[in-house]
Amino acid sequence: MNIDDIKREFPIFDDKIQNNDLVYLDSANSSQKPRVVVDRIYDFYTKEFSNVGRSVHYLAVAATNLYEQTRVSVQKYINAKDKDEIVFTKGATEAINLVANTFGQKYLSEGDEVLLTELEHHSNYVPWHFLRKAKNIKIEFAEINNDGEVTLEAIEKKITNKTKIISVSHLSNVTGAILPIKEIVQLAHSKNIPVLIDGCQGAPHLKLDMQEIDCDFYAISGHKMYGPTGIGVLYAKKKWLEDLPPYQGGGGMINEVKKEGITYGELPNKYEAGTMATAQVIAFNESIKFMEKIGIQNIEKHEKELLDYGLEKLRKNNSVNIIGNPKEKGGVISFTIEGVHPHDIATILDEDGVAIRAGHHCCQILHDKLNLPATARASFGVYNTKDDIDKLDEAINKCKKIFNL
Amino acid sequence: MDLKDLYQEIILDHGKNPRNLGKFDNYNKDAKGNNPLCGDNVHVYLRLNENKKVEDIAFEGHGCAISMASASIMTDMVRGKEEKEVKEIVTDFLGMIKEKDSLETNILKDDEKTKLMSLSGVKQYPMRVKCATLSWHTLTSALDNSDQIVKTEE
Repeated sequence: MNIDDIKREFPIFDDKIQNNDLVYLDSANSSQKPRVVVDRIYDFYTKEFSNVGRSVHYLAVAATNLYEQTRVSVQKYINAKDKDEIVFTKGATEAINLVANTFGQKYLSEGDEVLLTELEHHSNYVPWHFLRKAKNIKIEFAEINNDGEVTLEAIEKKITNKTKIISVSHLSNVTGAILPIKEIVQLAHSKNIPVLIDGCQGAPHLKLDMQEIDCDFYAISGHKMYGPTGIGVLYAKKKWLEDLPPYQGGGGMINEVKKEGITYGELPNKYEAGTMATAQVIAFNESIKFMEKIGIQNIEKHEKELLDYGLEKLRKNNSVNIIGNPKEKGGVISFTIEGVHPHDIATILDEDGVAIRAGHHCCQILHDKLNLPATARASFGVYNTKDDIDKLDEAINKCKKIFNL
Repeated sequence: MDLKDLYQEIILDHGKNPRNLGKFDNYNKDAKGNNPLCGDNVHVYLRLNENKKVEDIAFEGHGCAISMASASIMTDMVRGKEEKEVKEIVTDFLGMIKEKDSLETNILKDDEKTKLMSLSGVKQYPMRVKCATLSWHTLTSALDNSDQIVKTEE
């Protein structure tokens, strides 16, 4: 694959940003959007717009078909058994909240345990914390090791006969560690414990096969997969979606509404209350097609090359300290520079058009464990090149110079 | 924008070697401030004497060069001032960081004003303004919670 050609498909790189060529190294936060996705939103609103699933006029039927086509595309992309196992949400955050809320309502009571890991994003902790407050459940954290990984053994150590659900990240947005999710699911299932995978960082970068992973739930963020904001996916095995109560109430999710009672709609409508992010869902289909066209294996290979190159380059740069050293690692490099706070790094890099993130990356538990208030993070997408990493390295040198290092 | 405006020598100096860093025993007012977005935090301790004068002031915390330098310069500047004067300086400083071109208060000497103005570079970096103002808001909060130790956060 030719990265220059791929990069040209992203309009954001057409123009200078603050007089610089954009070196975008913040894809773990949110990816840039290819033209096909942007155009699809415009075309839908200008030529095809209607609400979906309600009216019978031509536009409504056509829009409904488009909306449902994305569901089928996602189903095929992640190899789900049934299209009804695909629920659209406003993001991965809502997908996790949906599971925590409905599963918690039905299956969790005082003293029950939910098992997370120390490297979870806040979106895979706070929804469970709500249950801790409301139902007095306990939250356990599987520990990271010195390399910033969570091993199968670390998970096993924290499983008790009170563990009711395990919810873990596929790929850490800080250390880049890829968790052994298949093995975690096998282990959990041998003890009859369902597993939710937070796939925010997994879905954009790794091959997904729900039959192979066999997890019960998998949360996906659209905007990290070259798609629009405001769209996410919850994959859930059909048995769960049929079994669990609805999440939000409103139009579209009902079957019959009477003064004396209400029955709920069939899947997938049961979990899609109100008017959904229609244009975004329809445009998300283009993101899937875009990734399919390149091929996830090619994306993985490219990002691995970037990662290896980046790690080699930054390891040679004195005073740069790379956070974590996982054996299986995605395209994320978190680092600190001795004597320069990450926010100062980010501001100085930005001056040269190098966009990174600084802070705790919504992982305060992990940063507490690492005893670091903040880190700087460069993360890759399909449009990044080795040249971007060279520019990152140069900008880091400029940073050191300003701080007299 | 010019990074030299933001990272002036005085900022780098105070950022690297913050003055009044630490805690002292007989403080009678304190407050914590944090910046949930970036994880910066600061804890300001001060001792007001019976004449409402800041007898001593110090801070603990961690943050970027801007926030550490700001807290360092601030603590240097308000020591020995009366509560009323401190509040005037805080208002003047926050006004300058937000909109005004210069400091107007007569309480500060010219060289003190020059020192404070070294922080004015953050105006060009809207995301960094909160780094410069965190310790100042925390100082106000410490002063306002008079008579007892009240924290701004749990």
